[in-house]
Amino acid sequence: MTTTGSLTATITPQGAPNRRNTELSLLVFAVLVPVLAYAETGIAMDGRLPAGMLGYGLGMGAFALLAHLSVRRWAPHADPLMLPIAALLNGLGLVFIWRLDKAAQLHPNYPAAENQLLWSGLGIALFIAVMALVEDHRLLQRYTYLSGFAALVLLALPAFFPARASDHGAKIWLHLGGFSIQPGEFVKILLPVFFSGFLMVKRDALALASRRLLGLYLPRGRDLGPIVVVWALSLLILVFETDLGTSILFFGIFVVMLYVATERTSWVVFGLLMAGLGFWAVALTEGHVQSRIHEWLHPLPASGGGVGQIAQALFSLGAGGTVGTGLGEGHSWLIGFAAKSDFILGTIGEELGLAGLMAVLLLYALLAERGLRTALAARDPFGKLLAVGLAAAFTLQVFIVAGGVTGTIPLTGMTLPFIAQGGSSVITNWALVAILLKISDVARRPPPGTAVQPNEGP
Amino acid sequence: MNKPIRRVSVFCLLLVLALMIRANWVQGVDATALDANVHNQRTVIEAYSYPRGDIIVGGQPVTKDLLVNGNRYKYRRAYVNGPMYAPVTGFSSQAYGSNLLENVENPILAGTDSRLFFRNTLDLLTGKQKQGGNVVTTINPKVQLAGWNGLQGKKGAAVALDPSTGQILGLVSFPSYDPTSIAGITDVQKTWVALNDDKSQPMLNRALRQTYPPGSTFKLITAAAALETGRVTDIDAGTVTPDPYPLPNTKTNLNNEAGDTGCLNASINEALRISCNTVFGKLGAEIGTDRMVQEAQKFGFNSSSLTIPVGVTASNYDTKMDLAQTALSSIGQFDTRATPLQMAMVAGAIANDGSLMKPYLVAQERSANNTVISQTSPQQLSQATTPDVAAKLQTMMVNVVQNGTGTTAQIPGVQVGGKTGTAQHGVNNSDNPYAWFVSWAKAPNGKQIAVAVVVESSNTLRNDISGMMLAAPIAKAMMQAYIGQ
Repeated sequence: MTTTGSLTATITPQGAPNRRNTELSLLVFAVLVPVLAYAETGIAMDGRLPAGMLGYGLGMGAFALLAHLSVRRWAPHADPLMLPIAALLNGLGLVFIWRLDKAAQLHPNYPAAENQLLWSGLGIALFIAVMALVEDHRLLQRYTYLSGFAALVLLALPAFFPARASDHGAKIWLHLGGFSIQPGEFVKILLPVFFSGFLMVKRDALALASRRLLGLYLPRGRDLGPIVVVWALSLLILVFETDLGTSILFFGIFVVMLYVATERTSWVVFGLLMAGLGFWAVALTEGHVQSRIHEWLHPLPASGGGVGQIAQALFSLGAGGTVGTGLGEGHSWLIGFAAKSDFILGTIGEELGLAGLMAVLLLYALLAERGLRTALAARDPFGKLLAVGLAAAFTLQVFIVAGGVTGTIPLTGMTLPFIAQGGSSVITNWALVAILLKISDVARRPPPGTAVQPNEGP
Repeated sequence: MNKPIRRVSVFCLLLVLALMIRANWVQGVDATALDANVHNQRTVIEAYSYPRGDIIVGGQPVTKDLLVNGNRYKYRRAYVNGPMYAPVTGFSSQAYGSNLLENVENPILAGTDSRLFFRNTLDLLTGKQKQGGNVVTTINPKVQLAGWNGLQGKKGAAVALDPSTGQILGLVSFPSYDPTSIAGITDVQKTWVALNDDKSQPMLNRALRQTYPPGSTFKLITAAAALETGRVTDIDAGTVTPDPYPLPNTKTNLNNEAGDTGCLNASINEALRISCNTVFGKLGAEIGTDRMVQEAQKFGFNSSSLTIPVGVTASNYDTKMDLAQTALSSIGQFDTRATPLQMAMVAGAIANDGSLMKPYLVAQERSANNTVISQTSPQQLSQATTPDVAAKLQTMMVNVVQNGTGTTAQIPGVQVGGKTGTAQHGVNNSDNPYAWFVSWAKAPNGKQIAVAVVVESSNTLRNDISGMMLAAPIAKAMMQAYIGQ
C-alpha cells in the first residue's frame, strides 16, 4: 500500500497509478461473464438465446460504464477492484433470478428479474449520486446524530405496520401499496455512519477511563451506556420483528466498531457475553427462534412430513457437487418461496457447483478485503471507522445468509448482497460500495506535498 | 487503530473460511447421502423427465408415457387395460414410487441399467432424447383376458403358465385397480388412500402375494408322495381306509365332505375323483411328516426366494407336525398355504412329466430401439416327481375332469386334467370357503397350459362342487384361450 510506506520525493510527484484502466478492463469481464451466463441459461432452458440478450448486455454495459465514468470523474484514485466485483455479483444475481423466474414450479411466477434490473439501475444511480454529491466522506460526519435518529426510526417502523402473511413470520417490511421496502437494509449504512461519528468523539473516554479487573478493562457505567442501549435495541428488534439476522448484524457492527475505536479487547468480551446472554434469553422464550435452531440441528427429517427449506437447500448444494449441473439445469426451485432471495445461494451451489460457490464466496471475501484495506489505508479516524464498519457489515451479512443456507449457522433470513432479489438490498449495497470507494479515493490519493508521508492521519 | 482493523480482517476471513469449509463438506462429503435421501425429489424428477420404456404384452405395450409437461414432471405413466394388467405391471407413481415389474425392471425401464450405458452415451452424443428400454412379458393377452372376464364380480386370482417352459401366460387378480389413477403427483392422494382403505384390497396381488389354504388340490402332492414311496403302486387298487378316519393319536374323526359315497377303502384314483379326505389323510400320516415336507418342497413349497423376477410370497407346508397334523396338511388343511402361482406350478410339474420349470414373467429385456439385451431361457426348478408318477397323476386328473368333480373344465378334443378344492376359511370354518381349481390341458397341436384359479367364494356352498362351479369354468376359459387359437 502506498500510504503505509514512506515515499521519497523523487518518485511521488508523478503519483502512483490510479488504476482506472485496470478497473475498466475488469469491468469488461464483469459484464461479459453474466452476459455469457445469461446466454447459457437461455440455451439450457429454452434451447435458444434469450430474446433480450443484446439489450441486456448493452444495458449492463451502459450501467457499468456510467458507474466507471463517475468514479473516473469524482473518485479517480479509488480502489479498482470494488466496482467490478459489485458489478459482477449484481450481474450474476440477475441471471440467477431470471433463471428462477423461468422455473414455472415457483408460484407465484413473478417476473422478479425485470424488477431487480430496475433496482440495480436505481442502485447504480445512487452510486453515481454518492460519487457526485459526497465530495469527501468526512462530510457524512456532520450527519452523525441524524443518521442515528433515522436508523432508529427506520428500524422501529415495521413494528408499527401490520405484517402480511407473505412475510413469513418476520416483520421487517414496509408495505406501501404494491411496493415494499425493507428499511433494515438502509440502516446497514446509517448505523455505521452514526457509530463512526459517535465513537470518534467518545473513543478516548471509552478506551481510557476504565478500571482494570482480572486483566480486563472494565468500562465505567456511563460509558457502558451506549453498548447497553444497542444491545437492548437489537434484542427488541429480535423480539418485536422476529428478525434474528438483523439483530446479530447490528450488534456485530457495533462490537466491531467499538473494538476498533477503543482498541480494547474487553469490549469484545463484553459484547459477546451480552449478546450470548440476550440471545439465550430470547431463544428460551421465542418459539420462532427455537424452531430455527431446531431446524438447523435437524434439517433432514427422519421420515414422513414435509421437507424444510434448509433441507431443500442442502439437497440443492449436494446435487450440484463439484462442478454443478450447469446453468438452468438444476432443481433448486424445490426450495420454494424464498428461492430468489434468501436461498439463492442454493441455486448457485447447484448449478455452478462447489467451484462456482467458492468463486462467489471469494468475490465476497475480496470485496470485504478491499473495504478493510481501505480502512487500514484511510488517514482519518472517521473514515477508518466507517470503512471497517461497512466492510464488517457486508461480511457479516454474507456470513449470516450464506451460513444459514449452507447450514453452518441457524437460518435467519437475510439477503445475499447484490445477488439476491430485493430492491432495498441492491441499492443499499451500491451505496455502501460507493462510500467505500470515496474513502479509498481519499486514502489512496497521493499527498499534495512532496515531503515524507505520515503513516496515519493527524 | 490499524491493529484492531487487522484483527477484524482476520475475523472476516475466518467467517468466509468457515463458509468455504462448510460448502466443501456439504457438496463434497455429504453430497452422495443428500442425493440418496428419500426426501430429495430430484431422483424422481429426473426419472420422469424422459419417456420410460414400455412393458409389452403380446407385442403391444400396455404402458404409455404421457407428455404432461407438468410443474415438476415432464412425463407421466399411463396404462392400457390398467386394472387387467396391474398384477403384471404394478404401478409407477410420481407420488408413491413403484412396485412389481415397474419396480424390479426399473433399471431397464428408466434406462439406467449399466447394460444400456453404451447406447445412452451414444444417444447423448447424437443429441437424442434419453429413453428407457422395454420389457417383453410372457403374458398371453387372450389368456389374461379370459381369466379377467371369468373373475368379474368375484374375488380371487388366476395364474396360467406353460408347463414345458415356465412362461407365465396369465396373471389375474380381482378386484383390481387402475395404476394410471395413481401415476401422477396431483390429485392422486385421495385415490391412493381410498385404494389402501378399500376392504376388498384391490391393490393386493392375489396371484403372487396372497396365500390360501389349498384344500383338496393339495391331494395331488400327497398322491405323488404315495406313488413315489411305493405305498401305492396301482392307482386303481383299493386302499385300506376306514370312513371316517380317526386321526392318529386323537379322538377326532376325519370325515369326507361328500358323505359316505364310496370313500371306504377307495383306490386313490377313485379317491381323487370324488376327493376323499380320508384316503389322502391316512396316506399322508403313513408317509410321515418328513417325507411329506420333502415332497411339498420339491413342488416349490417353503421357498421364499422365488422371483419371476417379481418376488413371490412363499407357500407354506409346516416342517414340524405330529401325525394328526400331517394328515390334515396332506389334504391341504392345517397350516398349509399356497399362492395361486404355487398351485399352477404343481399342475404344471405334473403335466410336464414331473419336471417343475421355474416360472418367469419376463421374456426379454430390450433397449429403446428394441435390441435384445437379455433373453430368459427356461430353467428347471426341480424334478418334482418321476415321469412315471407324473403319468399316473395325469391319468387321475383326467379322470377327475372326465368323471369326477371337474367336469365343468372339459374341452372337446383336448386332454384336460384337473383337481378341485374347497378350502376351509376362518375359525371353525366359519367364513366362506375358498374354491380352487388347478388343471392342465394338452392340445393335439402340442400346446400345453397349466392353470390355477382360486375364488374367495361369495356364496356358502360347502363342498367341492363350489370349486367346480366357481373356479373350473374360469380355468377352462383360460386354457381354451391358449390352446384353441
